[in-house]
Amino acid sequence: MIKIIFKEHSGAVHEVTGTEGESLMDVAMNNMVPGIDGDCGGDCACGTCHVIVAADWANKLAQANGEEDALIGMTPDKQDGSRLACQVVLNGDLDGMEVTLPEFQM
Amino acid sequence: MSTPLTADFIVDPYSVPLDSIDVSDSRMFLHHTAWKAYFERLRNEDPIHFQKESDFGPFWSITRFEDIQFVDKHHELFSSEPAVVIGDMTEELPLEMFIAMDNPRHDEQRVAAQPVVAPKNLAEMESLIKERVDIILDSLPIGETFDWVDKVSIELTGQMLATLFDFPQEDRRKLTYWSDLALDLPEVTGGDGTHEVRNAGLQECFQRFNELWEERTKLSDAERADKFDLISLLQNSEKTKDMVDRPMEFLGNIMLLIVGGNDTTRNSLTGGILAINKYPDEFEKIKKNPGLIPNMVPEIIRWQTPLSHMRRIATQDVELGGKTIKKGDKVVMWYASGNRDERVIDNPDAFIVDRPKARHHLSFGFGIHRCMGNRLAEMQIRITWEEILKRFEKIEVMKEPSYVKSNFVKGYTELLVKLTAK
Repeated sequence: MIKIIFKEHSGAVHEVTGTEGESLMDVAMNNMVPGIDGDCGGDCACGTCHVIVAADWANKLAQANGEEDALIGMTPDKQDGSRLACQVVLNGDLDGMEVTLPEFQM
Repeated sequence: MSTPLTADFIVDPYSVPLDSIDVSDSRMFLHHTAWKAYFERLRNEDPIHFQKESDFGPFWSITRFEDIQFVDKHHELFSSEPAVVIGDMTEELPLEMFIAMDNPRHDEQRVAAQPVVAPKNLAEMESLIKERVDIILDSLPIGETFDWVDKVSIELTGQMLATLFDFPQEDRRKLTYWSDLALDLPEVTGGDGTHEVRNAGLQECFQRFNELWEERTKLSDAERADKFDLISLLQNSEKTKDMVDRPMEFLGNIMLLIVGGNDTTRNSLTGGILAINKYPDEFEKIKKNPGLIPNMVPEIIRWQTPLSHMRRIATQDVELGGKTIKKGDKVVMWYASGNRDERVIDNPDAFIVDRPKARHHLSFGFGIHRCMGNRLAEMQIRITWEEILKRFEKIEVMKEPSYVKSNFVKGYTELLVKLTAK
């Protein structure tokens, strides 16, 4: 099991677990973490699973592709570490990763 | 159903040969079941359907949810230029707008306009919307038949649009008028409008917005930096600050924002009223539990699907569902069909306020052209329903609605209702 720590914009913290190969979006949805919409169902097509990955963890992730960058570029509150949760796939290196949720999904 | 149909439109899609089915015929949308039946047949028998001849030339119809999502997402395979409605814009006014641009221009212009619907602005708009909804709903007659489209849907979206542009509120109906004109031509969306009326209207619109632009330029930089209306935002961005010198681009983007913020929310506000009349148990559910409203809002937007389609042009040969779409072919994504696709949505014709995964719908599109004002639209609809529930026991539809004649704007010209107070 891989531990993920989601922090809501309000400060509420959810410590949940997922398995290798699941996306960060799946993990949030499976554990009822609020604040992720995932309108397109995890197809990198809507930008409503926006999360901000803590700096220490961001460099452990595979680079965002052009599609993901394009959608994040449309989010007014994007920041360093902004990713789409549907595009972040869990592996053992990510055990304990901290992820912050934005105030709104756009 | 009281909408008259001319003799040569056939309501039953199973009585015509498959290859002669033409879903671009705008008369299909005047009938409350015909469009559903036509699309259902295409989804089942020919989901990637080639139409050899139509009033809009040859085109492909994409009718299943997942195929639409594929096309919408792959903007490198399917260009949005030169237009996103089925018919090309007329040459006398070749409007340019970022929804109908590919990158890099699309991103430059969209990023300039986007802050108007950023969270900070939305939060400020919430109380304003509530105040306006209160005034509009409190002014409605109780126990008398009236037109919900005119008194509520147009009124509310018109006031909101005037706010977004910082346009004089007293002239807000002009915005509605121009919005209705913008796409209403036989060769653009199958509408009945004329070139004379449209050109005159758009000319007036352009003049008014030119004046508005000039007024705003007289503001100091500091004054303008505090303003969050769309005109000021365009003026504040390096890439768009001279847009007024490119009239077709200026007018095009103004029209985009007017139409985008008007027809869509307006027809969803009306569609929700029709939906609770067709599914009265769902109204009871929402009355008992107003906490369902945030889930009901995307369900209304799906059920209504206020824009029937978006169109693309293939940039290369693309294989899809066993067919080869050739480079240069016109491709129409029928959101109205995808949102009724039983492969993805259970019991899709039904309006279900507590539907699971209600947000998984096509009405906002997917990919880089996804609706920019989606959160504002949802907020307007949510607040309207919260306030409706506080005031009215019953909203009774008195007559089948009249529909807009368009293969693009899927909406209502009239919905007569009668209210019972709480």
